[in-house]
Amino acid sequence: MSDAEAPSPLDAAAVEAAVAEAVQAIAGADSLEALKEARLAHTGDKAPLTLANRTIGGLSPEDKATAGKNLGAARARVNEALTKRQAELEADRDARVLVEEAVDVTLPVDRTPRGARHPTETLQEKMVDVFVAMGWEVAEGPEVETEWHNFDALNFDPDHPAREMQDTFFIEPPKSGLLLRTHTSPVQTRALLERDLPIYVVCPGKTFRTDELDATHTPVFHQIEGLAVDKGLTMAHLKGTLDHLAQAMFGPDASTRLRPSFFPFTEPSAEMDLTCFVCHGKDTSCRTCKGTGWIEWGGCGMTHPNVLRAAGIDTDEYTAFAFGMGIERTMMFRHGVADMRDMVEGDVRFTRQFGMEV
Amino acid sequence: MPFVPLQWLGEVVDVDPGSTAEDVAAALVKVGLEEEGVHGSGVMGPLVVGRVITAEKETHKNGKSILYCRVDVGEHNDPEGEFPASRGIVCGAHNFGAGDLVAVALPGAVLPGDFEIAARKTYGHVSDGMICSERELRIGDDHSGIMVLTRKGFEAADLTPGQDALPLLGLDEETLEITVTPDRGYCFCMRGVAREYSHSTGNKYRDPALAVTVAPATKNGFPLEVDDKAPIRGRVGCDRFVARYVRGVDAAAPSPAWMQKRLMQSGMRPISLAVDVTNYVMLELGQPLHAYDAAKVDGPIVVRRAAKGEKLTTLDDVERELHPEDLLITDSPGGKKGSRILALAGVMGGASSEVSETTTDLLIEGAHFDPVTVARTARRHKLPSESSKRFERGVDPEMAPVAVQRVIDLLVEYGGGVDSTPTADPEVTDLDNAAEPVAISMPTEFPDRIVGVEYAPGEVRATLEAIGCGVMEKGERLVVVPPSWRPDLKAPIDLVEEVARLHGYDELPSVLPVAPPGRGLSHSQKVRRAVARALAERGLTEVQTYPFISASRLDDMLVPEADWRRSLVCLANPLDEGKPFLRTAVLETIFDAVAVNLSRGIPDLAIFEVGRAYLNEGTGVAQSPDVTKRPSDEEVAELDAALPHQPRHVVGILAGNRQRASWNAPAVPFDWTDAVAAAHEVARAAGVEFDVSPGETMPFHPGRTARLTLNRGPENPAQPIAFAGELHPKVIENLGLPPRTCAFAIHLDPIIEASEGLVVKAVPVRTPPLAKEDFAFVVDEALAAGDLVATVREAAGELLEEARVFDVYAGEQVGAGKKSIALTVTLRAADHTLTAEEILAVRNAIIAAAEKTHGAKLR
Repeated sequence: MSDAEAPSPLDAAAVEAAVAEAVQAIAGADSLEALKEARLAHTGDKAPLTLANRTIGGLSPEDKATAGKNLGAARARVNEALTKRQAELEADRDARVLVEEAVDVTLPVDRTPRGARHPTETLQEKMVDVFVAMGWEVAEGPEVETEWHNFDALNFDPDHPAREMQDTFFIEPPKSGLLLRTHTSPVQTRALLERDLPIYVVCPGKTFRTDELDATHTPVFHQIEGLAVDKGLTMAHLKGTLDHLAQAMFGPDASTRLRPSFFPFTEPSAEMDLTCFVCHGKDTSCRTCKGTGWIEWGGCGMTHPNVLRAAGIDTDEYTAFAFGMGIERTMMFRHGVADMRDMVEGDVRFTRQFGMEV
Repeated sequence: MPFVPLQWLGEVVDVDPGSTAEDVAAALVKVGLEEEGVHGSGVMGPLVVGRVITAEKETHKNGKSILYCRVDVGEHNDPEGEFPASRGIVCGAHNFGAGDLVAVALPGAVLPGDFEIAARKTYGHVSDGMICSERELRIGDDHSGIMVLTRKGFEAADLTPGQDALPLLGLDEETLEITVTPDRGYCFCMRGVAREYSHSTGNKYRDPALAVTVAPATKNGFPLEVDDKAPIRGRVGCDRFVARYVRGVDAAAPSPAWMQKRLMQSGMRPISLAVDVTNYVMLELGQPLHAYDAAKVDGPIVVRRAAKGEKLTTLDDVERELHPEDLLITDSPGGKKGSRILALAGVMGGASSEVSETTTDLLIEGAHFDPVTVARTARRHKLPSESSKRFERGVDPEMAPVAVQRVIDLLVEYGGGVDSTPTADPEVTDLDNAAEPVAISMPTEFPDRIVGVEYAPGEVRATLEAIGCGVMEKGERLVVVPPSWRPDLKAPIDLVEEVARLHGYDELPSVLPVAPPGRGLSHSQKVRRAVARALAERGLTEVQTYPFISASRLDDMLVPEADWRRSLVCLANPLDEGKPFLRTAVLETIFDAVAVNLSRGIPDLAIFEVGRAYLNEGTGVAQSPDVTKRPSDEEVAELDAALPHQPRHVVGILAGNRQRASWNAPAVPFDWTDAVAAAHEVARAAGVEFDVSPGETMPFHPGRTARLTLNRGPENPAQPIAFAGELHPKVIENLGLPPRTCAFAIHLDPIIEASEGLVVKAVPVRTPPLAKEDFAFVVDEALAAGDLVATVREAAGELLEEARVFDVYAGEQVGAGKKSIALTVTLRAADHTLTAEEILAVRNAIIAAAEKTHGAKLR
């Protein structure tokens, strides 16, 4: 368009020509910058339609109305074209920018190695939580213990071979009567002495025996024990509790089996087996249960009346049951840990596999 | 532990036909005898009896001489040709010859160690099998040469060439090994195990003790006295002693092959007839026995305690200093009563009266000794023997005369020599002071009450009778007399177990008990979980280290001599003599986990441990109170006072890089700020805040360590709760840690205590606009920023929202010995927009206070 020549606002054809020229220029703008130029040329101060608009003032009142109508419609059409083209070009630009800003999301994003809880701790917590949910409480006690709490009060006769079943770390000097607890059972002794009846407690914690570290032994390990003292408790309640724990840990199909055994602090005593949660007893070559369908899990029984008596509990009125299992052993079969050393040496690669929960 | 040869078991109880060792194990486990293992022979046939026809000695160029044998192996023979019907076998041993009966492994046989036998060419012959030694078949130690069957107790008349030798030698049998719990002493013999098998299966049991016809005791037997002047725990050391002579025994006679086989299956080595027979009867009836060379024993025998200073050389050729509690079997040479020691009663015999090859007359002892006496002696002298194992767990006192008779019967039957016929002396000594089993009175419904099963009427009684009890009904109670072999049955609860296990634990119902409402985890338990979780979320990995340390670990950590951490608890029997102590701070052992990771190429390490330390601060001696009643509060307090103090610590190590080098940023190493920040994290996880001041304690860098305290009010002067920062460079060197390794060590108990019951008092959120004022103070280089911030906070007063250091600068512009600390202070009122005057007033107050307290100059 040559230097703007204003069409007469009364000349509908001339106005139409100006509009057509503007719309064409707008549609032809291929960038936001070009559109800006077209906007200036066709709607700016020197644009034909703008100039034409200025002439309206000098027209007769009748012509004013006609001219105003002509130019109003013309300018609206130009603005509409501008808005539309502006939106199109902005959309194009935005789409382009998003493509240009794309990154490689497969690059490493984590510069700090992850942390993790030790699985023997989180496994204890998981098992504890099963009992806490049933209203049981968690009892704890010292790791260096008295022989009285660890043995005497639990019906271990000082001369009975049962005392030798647990290879004990003793504390200097000789006859100090102190040791590193060989099981978490002294916590039961303490619970019986300290707590009001009825008692429902679990006792997780560290235990010690003089076994050299190898693939299946460690001198420092963990146990979780349970003790319930109430009126009318029977072995059936013991079995029910163990079945519940088994199901909470290994799914609704899990159950337990008891086999007669001996512990000084329980009578009757039993070894407790868990149904194999891997093969459900269906695979004779199962590595977890060695094809037997059962996994040895722990020991249990009805608390011996002598144990209750040593805490001054009336055995005519109250009965009690107790059970216990090794945490490391549970880890080994639940998680397929083949070598005990992985659990105790502190290699962070082992622990990190487990994250925050087990 | 005890071995159960299946064939032997089948003689004492009906074993279900076709039972494998696993089947027997499954039956026994139901009644409480656990499987320890199943032992096969490791030999697979064909293994047959062979008769050596010819054995030609040939010496070869290599200097070795061999025998080329033709052996008659019956149906396995090659047909007659160059040789009579037989097989040719090359053999390196020379202890046999033509006519001998031997065991021959034919091609296809497999011997222990997966040794397959095949025909092969050697020394110019085809060797078509192997003539076996005892050792090759793993049925004995004898490897002096080929096993000649007739020298091993077999009768030639019973052997036919070609006969299957596997059953003959017991090599076709499986032996079950079981674990016997300490209350079941009676299962240390076939008599007991078979009884239990019968209980499990209901199969017919034949008590081998009843098969022995016992000669009654006489008045003029071997003179014998029990003179126990110091019974242990009120029990006389020997309450039964049976002794009897058997004369004219050929000591050189081998024990019969079947007996040797059973001994070997039971893990015992055949030695001589006298020893084998006593061992065999012990395995059969459970009664430990001893055979003395009668010529070396002068009556009377005196059973007495040792005198101080006495010594005995036991059969294992060790001279042992005896203890006054040791019970001895002595005799009386030259009429001096009890002057010569023959044996440690129930534990081990002495060398002096040992049966030798020239022995002809034997004195057989079968006694019953006090379990505690035997247990203590066996433990004291570290002599766990087959005998002591049984006495400790309780031997049937009624078995002594039966077992002695059985020994004598076997010696008479098998002990004949070329010109001797053994005879049992008619005199039988039986000193019997054994107590009768004590009757137990039990309410009939007691087993129901404990087990939770309603037993059918009569079932309890029938079960108890089945295990050998005498039972009388008295109203609602049963009066039960346990059998002599069950000293473990002492109280009604012991009878309950018998009823429960024989009825079967499989029958137990499963009933979940309902506990009363609980209070959930304790505060301490929750805090420990929160702390561990917070550190793990922060990127630290939890470890658990053994609490065992050497004193040199404290030296390496530069812990001073008088430090509290030198208050060490020492183990009497450490696994590692170099690490006899327990850690006094958890930080001492976490370095072990650092070393493991470093050695495995993991240089960037952030680990923590929550655990106990052990401080030797108790009385250190715990006297055990009586267990028949509740101890008094004083007694409980004394027990607890004996214990070491066992505080809980949280410690961590940060080494190497906190952030690894990556495509978008360089590596960032851990530094002291990470350790201090982690310590703050621990406090916050528990719901408390640490105050920080410069700290100095080993093993930390004296200039790069924060001492962290809890503000617990003016009446509780701030004790350090934690230290965090960089480790001392010398410690890093001593322990081989990466440079600039950082650590934190936190006492958890005070944090748990301080946060217990803490309830956050909410401060209303202030919504008016905030004012922000920056300050840069020039202060002495030595001034701790924390002290300046504290002054600023106090001066800012009620309007303060936050005061935070954002820059620290030292250099020429601020002058030597000075530094500039820049702070941002944000202020906000509760209810209005602060005016310029208000802000200025606070600003001036801050500047004035900083100048007054620290000589700070605003830049």
